[in-house]
Amino acid sequence: MIDYSTLMSRRVQEVKPSGIRKFFDIAEQMDDVISLGVGDPDFKTPWLIRHKGIETLERGMTRYSANAGLISLREEITRYMKRKYRLNYEAKDEVVVTVGGSEAIDLCIRVFVEPGDEVLIVEPSFVAYSPIVTVTGGTPVPIPTKAENAFRLTADELREKITPKTKLLVLPFPNNPTGGVMRREHLEEIAEVLRDTNIIVLSDEIYAELTYGGEPHVSIAEIDGMRERTVVINGFSKSFSMTGWRLGYACGPREIIKQMTKLHQFAIMCAPTTSQYAAIEALKNCDDSVREMRDDYNARRRLVIDGFTSIGLPCFEPEGAFYIFPSIQSTGLTSDEFCERLLYSKKVAVVPGNAFGESGEGFIRVSYSYSKKHLLEAIERIGEFMEELAKEREACLK
Amino acid sequence: MMDQLLSLLNENARFSNKQLAAMLGTTAEDVEKQIAAYEKQGIIRGYKVLLDHERLEEETVQAIIEVKVSPKRDLGFEDIARRIMSYSEVDTVYLMSGGYDLLVILECKTFKDIALFVQQRLAALDSVLSTATHFVLVRYKEKGVVLCGEDADDRRSALL
Repeated sequence: MIDYSTLMSRRVQEVKPSGIRKFFDIAEQMDDVISLGVGDPDFKTPWLIRHKGIETLERGMTRYSANAGLISLREEITRYMKRKYRLNYEAKDEVVVTVGGSEAIDLCIRVFVEPGDEVLIVEPSFVAYSPIVTVTGGTPVPIPTKAENAFRLTADELREKITPKTKLLVLPFPNNPTGGVMRREHLEEIAEVLRDTNIIVLSDEIYAELTYGGEPHVSIAEIDGMRERTVVINGFSKSFSMTGWRLGYACGPREIIKQMTKLHQFAIMCAPTTSQYAAIEALKNCDDSVREMRDDYNARRRLVIDGFTSIGLPCFEPEGAFYIFPSIQSTGLTSDEFCERLLYSKKVAVVPGNAFGESGEGFIRVSYSYSKKHLLEAIERIGEFMEELAKEREACLK
Repeated sequence: MMDQLLSLLNENARFSNKQLAAMLGTTAEDVEKQIAAYEKQGIIRGYKVLLDHERLEEETVQAIIEVKVSPKRDLGFEDIARRIMSYSEVDTVYLMSGGYDLLVILECKTFKDIALFVQQRLAALDSVLSTATHFVLVRYKEKGVVLCGEDADDRRSALL
């Protein structure tokens, strides 16, 4: 018998699997569960985009593209970056098209991190950053954000965690799971701290199009002196409802993109060509669809905040992505207990906040990427659950 | 462009004023006032239910009739349109551009009722020159609502 565990990479084996999987496997086996758990848009990919994919398949346009992606797509991406964020990148060598934003995150971390390096990770956040850092031999250093700061990263919190070993800062805004955003003035403060350092920013802006109220999303690369130290990561999954097409991209200084493209070339060759053709259509002709989806998310966002507030689960007003992150501390339960009991007693599945880092303890992530009818029913059930908890506490006191 | 309140009502006229207010970032009183204003101005003409007739016990037949007419001097098409729409079984009457003049949508209990309507009522009107009757076989989508069964939500829950 081979003892595989002695053979396989220790670092890989030590990465903890996403704990949440088990919980949702239970949920998926129960009948009549209403989930508020997905991070996947409920809108179908706009028909124009799907149709472009079909058309290129029919014409047999199914070969490899250039490693960095079709040049026509990279050109569209640079136009998009310019028109949306006033950022100038060269299509030729400052853009790499990847298999989802996730691959771009992986490439960027692997290009920079060596054993001993520290990577600052704003938390709560998407679950992938820290395992990748660990596997490269780096040390993930979480920077917890707070509800009272609307889950923004503050300059002081950042300064406190910087050491001579700090290599990268992972800046994930608009944020999954909190819905927090960093407006221009908040990014200015962060830039002020970073400008005199050699710390590179991995700015994960996958939810950029889903920014509500006030100014549209601002990229930290727009701020003075930041373009040269920032890798902007974005993609098509959330903005164009194209999760299954697996298409993202990174833009940054050519020296960095060159190394990322090299890794991408050896691991992946190129992103799926069908998806790339479809993405050109998305960037060229789908602004209206993006706006319609954003407006609808915005209406649901308000509906859900109102609903949760009225059942006694207040949350700060999230201004981005499609999640709210209510505090459940008033119930006296941990995030895990709350979610498990809610699932068994009311058959509603939400994600415990601690799945996104320790600082998420005491919160739950609620996705509003569902129809309004579905959301209203879920809120009603959670409301009943809250009433039952309140009665329980009363009984205890007597 | 339709304002957001109307577009939400168009999506679901049964949202409560409180829910509408939450989605619009305003108060339920404001929503109530705005709706009352739209009703008064005749912008909102009514609220109806969207039925899936296939699922009803009682069978109905829907026909779409193309009607060619000779318009009356001074009265144009409206006079004849008014006559046709007075019949309670007539659901919709439009004046059309193109190969015919009026489009009439009719809902009856049986095919025979429709035949009788065409023969005895429509054809009897002296301005009507000819008719072409089409029966609806299957409704796939109506007023933006898919009636032939939507795909189930196959999204995987949660993350990774």
